[in-house]
Amino acid sequence: MISKIGKSHPGQWLLTAAVLGFLSVFLVVPVVAVFSYALQKGVAVYLSALTEPDALAAIRLTLVTAAFAVPLNLAFGLAAAWAIAKFDFRGKEVLVTLIDLPFSISPVIAGLTFTFVFGLNGWLGPWLGRHEIKVIFAVPGIVLATVFITLPFVARELIPLMESQGSEEEEAAQVLGASGWRTFLRVTLPNVKWALLYGVILCNARAMGEFGAVSVVSGHIRGLTNTIPLHAEILYNEYRTEAAFATASLLAFLAFITLAAKKAVEWRRRRA
Amino acid sequence: MSIEIRDVSKSFGAFKAVDGVSLGVPTGRLVALLGPSGSGKTTLLRVIAGLESPDSGVVCFHGENVTCRDPRERRIGFVFQHYALFRHMTVFENVAFGLTVRPRAIRPPRPEIEKKVLGLLKLVQLEWAGDRFPSQLSGGQRQRIALARALAVEPRVLLLDEPFGALDAQVRKELRRWLRRLHDELNVTTVFVTHDQEEALELADRVVVMNRGRIEQQGTPMEVYDSPANPFVYRFLGHVNVFHGRVREGMVTIADDQFGDRRAAVYVRPHEIDVERSRNGNGALEALVKHVSLAGPVVKIEMERTDRGGNVEVDLTRARFDELQIKTGDRVFFALRNMQVFPEDYVI
Repeated sequence: MISKIGKSHPGQWLLTAAVLGFLSVFLVVPVVAVFSYALQKGVAVYLSALTEPDALAAIRLTLVTAAFAVPLNLAFGLAAAWAIAKFDFRGKEVLVTLIDLPFSISPVIAGLTFTFVFGLNGWLGPWLGRHEIKVIFAVPGIVLATVFITLPFVARELIPLMESQGSEEEEAAQVLGASGWRTFLRVTLPNVKWALLYGVILCNARAMGEFGAVSVVSGHIRGLTNTIPLHAEILYNEYRTEAAFATASLLAFLAFITLAAKKAVEWRRRRA
Repeated sequence: MSIEIRDVSKSFGAFKAVDGVSLGVPTGRLVALLGPSGSGKTTLLRVIAGLESPDSGVVCFHGENVTCRDPRERRIGFVFQHYALFRHMTVFENVAFGLTVRPRAIRPPRPEIEKKVLGLLKLVQLEWAGDRFPSQLSGGQRQRIALARALAVEPRVLLLDEPFGALDAQVRKELRRWLRRLHDELNVTTVFVTHDQEEALELADRVVVMNRGRIEQQGTPMEVYDSPANPFVYRFLGHVNVFHGRVREGMVTIADDQFGDRRAAVYVRPHEIDVERSRNGNGALEALVKHVSLAGPVVKIEMERTDRGGNVEVDLTRARFDELQIKTGDRVFFALRNMQVFPEDYVI
């Protein structure tokens, strides 16, 4: 360990030890626990827990949800950041605050508001019922809740960067004759691509891992409206520990991949 | 391509950035928009470019009204104050941008683009920098790349916003001369914005002095320097001594309060004052030398009038100074060789 102040100091060792201890209790031990429980009865049981139809349905639904939420919030985040960074308009501050709303609200409350709006007894419930559109306790509800929860990730990553870059390069492109679309593709997008990718990675991790909001709108219909986190919880409640932890290990893997991707992007961004 | 601006106004909220400005730039001229910050010069330049649309007024290129034309249709070259080079593109790609973004039908073939870009890089003396990124270049080099990029589309008009603003003094001077030569070679109608009077006077064919969104004066560098239209231009175009005086029947004095009843301000440049050792000639005033600054090609002398106080700044040539042998604490006499009189109540 290299001390930045020069000489190493007993306080420094103590502090480092405390941080490492804290990390191992709250991060390392749980991760080890997940995998040890998952593999408790061997690899065969582990694999069968992941390949049973309900598990596969949960994995599929999680992927579908992310496949909707990530592109939608990618588009929204880019549009919002573009508007906020490059133009001045009334209510800009309000928009910036609103984008942060999903971070400041409890996910369960977010889920509940969706049931109030789209549920059977909600505002739009009767109309949706007449047209036989199911939102709550169905896939659309899960997608809606996930989109809401993951809305800030891309926008928040882009806004400060685009604000600091200003719009001179866009103006230069415009004067040189580039159309709006070409300016976006050749100037704006390349300038923010690493920040954008970073936001997408975080957005995807959250979309796949979200529990609270999704739990409220899902209805926990096995094989139909369970995502990976919900499936893990059900299994756990049924005392099927190995299966529950096997499912949980998928999310742990997702976390590892996310961290690795995040690191890689950060590294590229520093070099760019 | 001539530029004609008629009665252009532009406000940002309650702030009137450009206030009823009319201006003509003949084909092939190099014109400076000179003024302090907030004088509206950059806004006017952006209106010419189409990056701002005026609240009222008309912009014409060669007699054709382009006020409502999109900047991409105006065929202009614009060099931004901080260059606005595309940071993720190489120097080559930056310069080629204006050609490669053209619709396929009017895009030149690849070899032609390459030839053109290499030609421009040679013109700005940066042939070696093609595959560098802007961040790897110095300020002066970036500036030249920005210029090459602007020239690539063969603009009818070249607009430069504080082209040397972010450079250090030495590079500034070199680039200034280089730009003048380039302009003489290419003969593109050029308008540049600056707050540096020396730059404007040295570089431009015509200088347009702006203040508070209006044009105070326009003319050749000599005209605006030698006969400023008002105290603002006088002060903005260099150092000046202001004496409070009195006017009567076409005569002015700065030494007699009983002379006439109309007050006047007398503006005199430091180099327009003669200094003598003895009082020869009438009208010479006595002063005490307070400071002598020898650095540079002219000797700057600061002195105080003995009759009624007040500092006077004088620039002497080296030869004249050596002749006079002035030291701090000496008593000398000075006379005004040239002056301009404005009514005292003129507010700047």
